[in-house]
Parts: sequence; structure tokens; C-alpha cells
Amino acid sequence: MTTNPLLDATGVAKNYGAVAALRNASLSVLPGEVHALMGANGAGKSTLVKILTGAIRADAGRILIRGKQLDVRSPAAARRAGLVPVYQEPSLIPDLDVLSNLRLTGTPVEPFRAWVRELGIPDLDIRETARNIPLAILRVLDLARALAVEPDVLLLDEMTAALPANLAEKVLGVVRRQGDAGRSVIFISHRFVEISALCDRATVLRDGATVGVVDIEPGIEEKIVEMMLGARIEKTRVAARMAAETATAKDRRPRLSVRNLQLGAKLNDVSFDLADGEVVGVFALEGQGQDELFAALAGSIRPAAGTIAVDGAPAKFSHPSDAIQAGFAYVPGDRTEALAMQRSVRENIALPFSATLRKWGPIRMRREQVVVSSAIARLQIDTRAQGEVQRLSGGNQQKVTIARWIAANAKTLLCFDPTRGIDVGTKQEIYKLLRELAGQGKSVLFYTSEMEEVQRVCDRVIVIFGGRVVDTFPVEEADEPALMRAAYGLPRGAKADIGILADVRADTEAAS
Amino acid sequence: MSHLLRNQGWVAGLFALLIVLFIVTKLIQPGYGSSDFGSLARAVLPYAFAVAAQTVVVIAGGIDLSVAAMMALTSVTAASMMNGASEEYALFVVPFVLAMGFVLGAVNGLLIVVTRVPDIVVTLATLFVLQGAALLVLDAPGGAAAEWLKAMISGTVPIPGLPDNIDAWLPKALLVLVVCLCIIWIPLRRSRLGLSIYAIGSSELAAYRSGVPVARTRVIAYALSGLFAAMGGLALTMSTGIGAPIPGPYLLASVAAVVLGGVALGGGKGGLLGPIIAVFVLRLVRTDLTLLAIDPNVTAIIEGLIMVVVVMFGAFITIRGRPVGATS
Repeated sequence: MTTNPLLDATGVAKNYGAVAALRNASLSVLPGEVHALMGANGAGKSTLVKILTGAIRADAGRILIRGKQLDVRSPAAARRAGLVPVYQEPSLIPDLDVLSNLRLTGTPVEPFRAWVRELGIPDLDIRETARNIPLAILRVLDLARALAVEPDVLLLDEMTAALPANLAEKVLGVVRRQGDAGRSVIFISHRFVEISALCDRATVLRDGATVGVVDIEPGIEEKIVEMMLGARIEKTRVAARMAAETATAKDRRPRLSVRNLQLGAKLNDVSFDLADGEVVGVFALEGQGQDELFAALAGSIRPAAGTIAVDGAPAKFSHPSDAIQAGFAYVPGDRTEALAMQRSVRENIALPFSATLRKWGPIRMRREQVVVSSAIARLQIDTRAQGEVQRLSGGNQQKVTIARWIAANAKTLLCFDPTRGIDVGTKQEIYKLLRELAGQGKSVLFYTSEMEEVQRVCDRVIVIFGGRVVDTFPVEEADEPALMRAAYGLPRGAKADIGILADVRADTEAAS
Repeated sequence: MSHLLRNQGWVAGLFALLIVLFIVTKLIQPGYGSSDFGSLARAVLPYAFAVAAQTVVVIAGGIDLSVAAMMALTSVTAASMMNGASEEYALFVVPFVLAMGFVLGAVNGLLIVVTRVPDIVVTLATLFVLQGAALLVLDAPGGAAAEWLKAMISGTVPIPGLPDNIDAWLPKALLVLVVCLCIIWIPLRRSRLGLSIYAIGSSELAAYRSGVPVARTRVIAYALSGLFAAMGGLALTMSTGIGAPIPGPYLLASVAAVVLGGVALGGGKGGLLGPIIAVFVLRLVRTDLTLLAIDPNVTAIIEGLIMVVVVMFGAFITIRGRPVGATS
């Protein structure tokens, strides 16, 4: 191609402390092109987007727009340079009406109205306060606001994620025509269907670096998955545990059965079982509904439809305390969500169970002491800094969050990415601990964003994509390519994309 | 129209409450007349400016604890500068004091933005600083005010062609209040700056992404708060003729009126009209309770109860009236 790129970013790097979020990312977008930006969780997509749109500054690298060096210091500057993003979360000010929101960004009103109609919303009341507008419509308004200023480069982050099928179709049509009109679009999506229908080329990121740029053509999905996985695909299954116990798991009664669980636009129709003594992995790309699933099981949000049965009896969790009462303990990835950081290790461990020890009157200190000490010993928590939990290392903090539920004798642990940001040694200890707990007949639901953890810890793994359980693997079959394909909604073993596309198209038509 | 009703419903309700209170006052004290209304307007004046100062900051998603101290400092500064000086000198004092309020307010904002210390801590600190500074300027109530300044808020507005008995219901203090607030508030509401203040209070992230200069907007909001507080300080000096270095009960009163006036303490919601009407409501309640010869301690309890009941009632209405399907 001889045309000069409209946007050309090379060698972009960004470090957060010692962690390199981006090492060497590049992205080159031609005029009139719809360009997909792809990568697994943590590959650096969102960091690159933030840098391009001026939300954060790069440590190194060069960004050219129309051949001119660009220094984007703020979203406003990026806007002036002709690069307008539409983020995953709506960015209209909730308490202002739509018209004021347009004035705030200096967006012309008439083109905005025209785009809104074009995008399939004929009757928008422009005086409506943004807070009162449903999420799906807000996303479309965000897009219309971006389109109205006729940007050179439009950046769409998971644009169709929260949209119903009819709106999504309109949006994709409009995006496609943008390309035809000579403007460029950077399109971030986890959905291969959309990418193959829409995009001309794709840039693939892995571990903070660009690993390849490919033309979108039939059959390219497999290649992209390979690129996203990189060398890992060659790696033999390191420690694929043979799930000997799983054979018997079928005979056991299910500790938890979830049927047709539904929650807003995020979860639709999730069903699975979790037996005593079983560790079930949940694998998903970011934002596929796993957060909502765990929140529903932990009792912090109420599902819209579907049933949760505990030990065969239907259960309704309307408050986390209901879930805890039923023996479900939630271990979040972010320790600050779970711990009272200024308090001691002992108090933190004792917090959930001292309530069950006695409902009224003084806590029985002696008994508390015994239970806490045994939990500390069992998890080998480093107690040198036990006065304040916040002075412990991340790994030890995570051990405290698990220890408290062991002390409380919870029957089921809901671990949501429990090894996030902790060191390798402690990770191993946590894997071992979860296996031990399963050995004692407890059950564990384990969401992870790291594929190798699935093989280390789980008996089975369910894969969620777009709010649905798309596949279930026994651990022996859950190698990384298989998980990755499933997580991107590609059916097992399929090689040709025509089949996939036809399949999913039929699905959407049936749905709409 | 329905939007107007929905957005201004709270203000309309407050206004109705105010009318009801006037009727109640008239029932308790059949002699309540135009001169009593004039003194109510004069009494409200410093409160109203304090409320305006607080409102701007709260809409921007912050809080300013230094409002009353700022009023005390500007008041004593004005009073001591005008002490023994000529009438014309006051023409210089007024803009000087206003500028002083604006700058000190901006300093509050800068401290918050630069140090990232929470607003409640920074303004608590400036409260003490300004209080001390006020005592350095005047260690006891004193000073003086120019006669024309004092005349500005006493008496009524003579409008030719209007019969005296209607004219009597237009106290100058009310006019001063309306003019001062409108001069700043109306252009602000219509500017992008005004929108930005609402935007950062409503959602800082969304505002940032919409290209709003968040830090600068926050500093300006605090500067405007300082400006309103300086107006309040001048109003104190104008109505008493002296300056008092000890801050009055304006801080808590301002927060109370902001809440009662329909401004969300989380920021982003409400206007200036609501809190100003709320100030009249709160003062009139106090007047009525005094007229009924109720123990002043009980008065405070009743005032608190009224606030809680009204705000709870408002929250109830809001929840009931929310459109079906809207989230959060």
C-alpha cells in the first residue's frame, strides 16, 4: 500500500512502577480503514487506547497523525487532533441533559440528531437527563456524539457489548460506511463475527507488544488466536493434572446448581453445577458477565431470572449475609474489597465467624483465638506485621481473605481471580490450598484470567462469552488454544470461518 | 414543559412551603407587615450569600468549610479599611474585598487540586487560618462602614408610579441580593464553565473524557465560592456597620440550606434558586418559633426535624417518580 497512514504509533511503552503494561506497541491506521485492535486480557489494549486518547501519557514512543508528531496531553487535545474515542462505559455526564452534554463538548446539534436517527433511535428527547436514559441508548448517543464532529479517527472500544441485536446491526452498518467515506475507525472487540464482517486489517497485541498486523480474510481467526497466544501454543501441557476425582464427581450430589441465570444485558442463561469436592474453573475474557455471575452467587446483586439451588433446595440471596449463611464465601481479586486494612490479621480473620459464634453479647475470645491461630498456622501467614493488614504483602493479604473463610468453615469458596498481582510462590501455595480444600469435600468456583491456572487447579472449566456458558471442558481437554477459542466464542474444533459466521448469523436472526 | 416541572419541582415545592409559612406567620402575628418582611430580607442577606458560596462548591462535587471564616475575614477587612476613611474610599474597598475573597477561594481550590488532600480537610484548615487572620485584622468587633453602603440595604426600593403599600414590600436588601446573585449566576449557568462545574460534580471521569479541564474548573468553583463569601462579609458589615472577627453560624446554616434546597451533596445536581428559597424558609421558621415564644433550644430541635423530614420526603418522591427501567 502506498497511501500514508492517518495514524501511526510506533514503539509505545508504558510502565506502572516495575510492571510494564506496554513494552513496544505499534499501530498504523490507513485512511478509510476499519482496523481491529486485538489481544488477550492484559495484552495492553486498554493502555494503548488510553495513551492514544490522552487519558495517560506514554513513557516512550512516537504518535503521528497525518505525518505530524502529536503530543496528546488530555482527552481535549486528542479531540482537537481529530481522534475521538467512544469508551466502553458511557461518558455522558449523568446529571446533565443530552443537549447540555453536547454543548459541553462543543458538538453541533443537528448532525448529532441526524446520526441518532441514522443509528436507529427515531424519537430521542434531547432534553432528557442522561441518567434516565437506558444504557444501550447511551452507548449509541456516545457514538452519535463522536460521529457528529466528523473525526479523522474514530476509536470504538467494545462498542456493541451492551447493545441489543437491532441496534448493534445499525451501529455496525454506520461504522462500515465511515470507512467507505474515507475516515478511519479503530475497532476493539472480542467478537470475531463483527471483526470479520467489518474490519480490513487487525493489529494483534501480546504482552504489551505488537506481534503482528494481518489482513482480515476468511480463516484468519485461527491465525489471530495463535498470535494472541504466541509461544504458549507450542508449550506442552505442563502439569495437566489428571482429574481422577472427576470421574466420581458425577455421582455426587451438586452443592450448587445454577439454572438459566439472567441479569440485565450482562448475563443471559447461565447454567452449571458445582459438586462437593470439586473445583470448577470459570474462564472468560474481560466483561463477559463473570463479575455479575459471582456477584449474584455472593448475594450482592439479585438476578433478574433463573434459579440458584444449594444442596438441592432453591435459594434466594438478597444480601451477602444470606450467601454466607448458606456457606458461600466470596474471595475477591482486589483485597481492599474484602479486608479492613487498618485492623489486625486476627480481627480480619475473626470478622465473619465471630458473628456466627454468637449472635448477641461479648465474643468468646478464647474460642476465637483458637480458630484464628489454627487458620494462620494452616495458611502459613507471615505474622510479623500482623498489627495492620495493610502492612502485609499482597500474597499474605490474599491468604488472610481465604483464611477467614476457612476459619468460618465455609463450604463453598467463590474465588474471583484470587491470585491477581501476587508472587509466584504464594500463588503455588494458594493452588495447593484450594486442592486441599476440595479434597476435604469443599467446593470451589474459581474465576481466573490466567489460562495456566485452570490446569493447575480445576477439575472442570466452564467458559463464558457474552453472558452465556459457551463451553464446558474437563481439565484434560482444557489446553490453552481450546480455552482461547472458546473464550472468543469460536466453536470447538472448527477451522473454517464460513461455518462460524453462518452459525452465529442464524443465531442473531433467530434472536432478533 | 414536563422537564421543567420535573427539574424545578423541588424548587416549586419549596416556594409553596415558603408561601404557607408566610400565611402561618400572618396567622400567628396578624400585625406581620412590610417592615417585618424588610427585616427578614436584611437578616437573610448574609445567610443567602453564604449559601450561594456553598452551593457552587457542592454542585462541583466538593464542600467548603471555610465559608463563615471567609465572611468574617472579609467583613473585618472592609470595616477596618473604611474606619475613619472618606465615603469615596469605600468605592475602592468594595472591589478590593471582593477580589480578596475570589483569590482566597482560588487558593482553597489550588490547595485541593495540587496537594490532592480531601477538600473537607483543606477547607477545615483554611477555616482556622482565616479565623486567625480575621482576629489579627480586628481583635474585637469594631471598624465602620460607609453611610452609602449601609443605606444600600435599608429601606425600600422607590419605584415611581407604584403605590406605596406595594412598594413597601420591596426591601432594598432583597434587590441587592437578587442583583448580586444574578450578575454572577445567570452568565455562569449559560457558559461552558457553568456546565463544566456541573459536569465535574456529576461524574469526574466522564467530564475528563468529555474534555473538561477538571482541575481548572474546580479551582474556579472555589474562587467563585470565595467571591460569594466576600459578598456575604460585606453584607455583614453593611447591615451592622462594623466588622466582627468571630465567624457567625453561617457554615452549618449554608450546608443545611444547600441540602434543603435540593442540591445533591454528592454534586452535579440542583441550582442556586432552591437553596436561596430554603434560606428564607429556615429563617422564617425561626421567626415563627420565636413569635410563638418557644424555648430557643427547642427551636433548634424543631429546625433539625423539619430538615430531616423535608429531605426524606424529597428522597421518597424522587424514588417514586423515577421512570421505569432507568438504572441507578
